Amino acid sequence: MGDEFIVETRSLTKEFKGFVAVSDVNLRVRRHTIHALIGPNGAGKTTCFNLVTKFLTPTKGQILFNGTDITHTQPAAIARHGMVRSFQISAVFGHLTVLENVRVALQRKQGKSFQFWRSGECLNELNTRAEELIEAVGVAEYRDTPAGELSYGRKRALEIATTLALDPEMLLLDEPMAGMGAEDVRRTADLIRRVSANRTILMVEHNLSVVADLSDTITVLKLGRVLAEGSYAEISDNPEVVEAYMGSGHGAAGHG
Amino acid sequence: MTLSPSVPSRQKPFILALIGLGLVLPFAVYPVFLMKGLCFGLFAAAFNLLLGYVGLLSFGHAMFFGWSAYLTAYAAKEWGLTPEIAILLGVALATVLGAVVGWLAIRRQGIYFAMITLALAQLGFFVAVQAPMTHGEDGIQGVPRGHLFGLFDLSDTMTMYYFVLAVFVASLLFLHRVVNSPFGQVLKAIRDNEPRAVSLGYEVGRYKLIAFVLSSAFAGLAGSLKSLVFQLASLADVSWHMSGEVVLMTLLGGVGTVLGPMVGAFLVVAIQDFFAGIGSWVIIIQGVIFVVCVLLFRSGMIGVLAPWLKRRGITG
Ligand SMILES: Nc1ncnc2c1ncn2[C@@H]1O[C@H](COP(=O)(O)OP(=O)(O)OP(=O)(O)O)[C@@H](O)[C@H]1O
Ligand SMILES: [Mg+2]
Repeated sequence: MGDEFIVETRSLTKEFKGFVAVSDVNLRVRRHTIHALIGPNGAGKTTCFNLVTKFLTPTKGQILFNGTDITHTQPAAIARHGMVRSFQISAVFGHLTVLENVRVALQRKQGKSFQFWRSGECLNELNTRAEELIEAVGVAEYRDTPAGELSYGRKRALEIATTLALDPEMLLLDEPMAGMGAEDVRRTADLIRRVSANRTILMVEHNLSVVADLSDTITVLKLGRVLAEGSYAEISDNPEVVEAYMGSGHGAAGHG
Repeated sequence: MTLSPSVPSRQKPFILALIGLGLVLPFAVYPVFLMKGLCFGLFAAAFNLLLGYVGLLSFGHAMFFGWSAYLTAYAAKEWGLTPEIAILLGVALATVLGAVVGWLAIRRQGIYFAMITLALAQLGFFVAVQAPMTHGEDGIQGVPRGHLFGLFDLSDTMTMYYFVLAVFVASLLFLHRVVNSPFGQVLKAIRDNEPRAVSLGYEVGRYKLIAFVLSSAFAGLAGSLKSLVFQLASLADVSWHMSGEVVLMTLLGGVGTVLGPMVGAFLVVAIQDFFAGIGSWVIIIQGVIFVVCVLLFRSGMIGVLAPWLKRRGITG
């Protein structure tokens, strides 16, 4: 069991002062696949991400990662075990340069991060790898620009590079393409496909053509519950899913 | 605002020029005034490590400054220890206090963090009011400066000055190093976006605690030096006014810069000395200058000068 599925949730539930944002969700993410989580605004997608990465504590339920119960593990420890998330609101280190943003992620494995007496010069040995990563997401020309000055789309790209810097076994991407232009969307989709080769990706995305293109499995959430699950063809045939999307103004899933 | 990771080559001559200025200035300016500025400059630089590079506003730094001053004064006067040992004892006390206060406060964010540090510092103040060793309102007076390493007579003002300058320069270089170390990079990341730092696998609490302890240790060093310079450790050093003053100095000079807090400290000390004759009005004048500065230069004095310095490759 722990082999086939990298992440598994059991009756995962989160209540905010009586309001149930995520209700009894049993999610199973198959290893080395791209799994999309979709649903109308407020469906509970981000809350699910927060629960799985322990940024929020579930009200009820259990979370397994690689067969181990991580329901009571600290979020930073989960990241060190190889499950790394991005955020829906762009999360870069605004006063650090583009290169430094990626290097902060790379330096963790260097094991010198507590050494306050050591010169920052020792971080330069990470530059080559950091440059490869920012090149891969198309922000290499902004290498020495403070990340806070980038456009929204480029910040998102930088975030992906930072996440990839940790070489995680599993990535959770919360709307990685929001705010990107058509060309960046294409580049990012290519990148996600490329890095998915030996990784597992769980992503929230509103751009349904991207979802259709990339995902092996799609889970549709609505009002905190799982409405449907399956391949794109399967869920776009589901009348309930079509209705959920029509109702929220995202357009019919069938025309992605 | 942030210094680039590699020290620009033109920064070195600038630092050397400042040190040179420090060496000759006591021939032109009253050395005790300069020493006061250096002590408070160090205090503000220590405080700035937290506010500028971790984004934590401590409102209790007088506790480390003041208690370190008390212990150094007591050790030098009652136990007759040499100044360097007395200072080390003071710094050790500040470090331990910093570890305890930091450990209690670090789990809280923003205003709650500030309130816990203030509350604990008030506790420290009341202990100072009650404890016999501090001599209450009088403070510990007539502290002997002693002989540094048993060799250099610090009762000579110039010798004392160069000792304070040496400690100040070494401390600032060290703090500069911390800010630009691998550890400093993580601190800046936490300051900019804490949840993201967590999601990259950093135990942010530990980084904040280490920064807090380092900051308290240097605040303590500043207090110890001050007690030897003025040969006095008093309640004023542990009071919340002192905690507030260091916030003022740092904001005035420019938070998150290495030079800013030093500039702010000299400014505040100069205002206090200049207007000393008019008694409590000095607080009002200080307040007005502070408000004007905050309105005119939102990023502090150094923030205003930064583009100019940057063009000359002095700060990055
Ligand atoms: N901290 C919180 N406190 C109270 N309610 C919350 C909190 N976080 C989320 N919610 C509520 O839970 C519901 C689900 O929110 P969530 O952010 O998970 O939705 P989402 O599916 O990610 O939506 P979107 O597509 O807009 O990002 C929403 O109704 C939201 O208002
Ligand atoms: Mg969301």
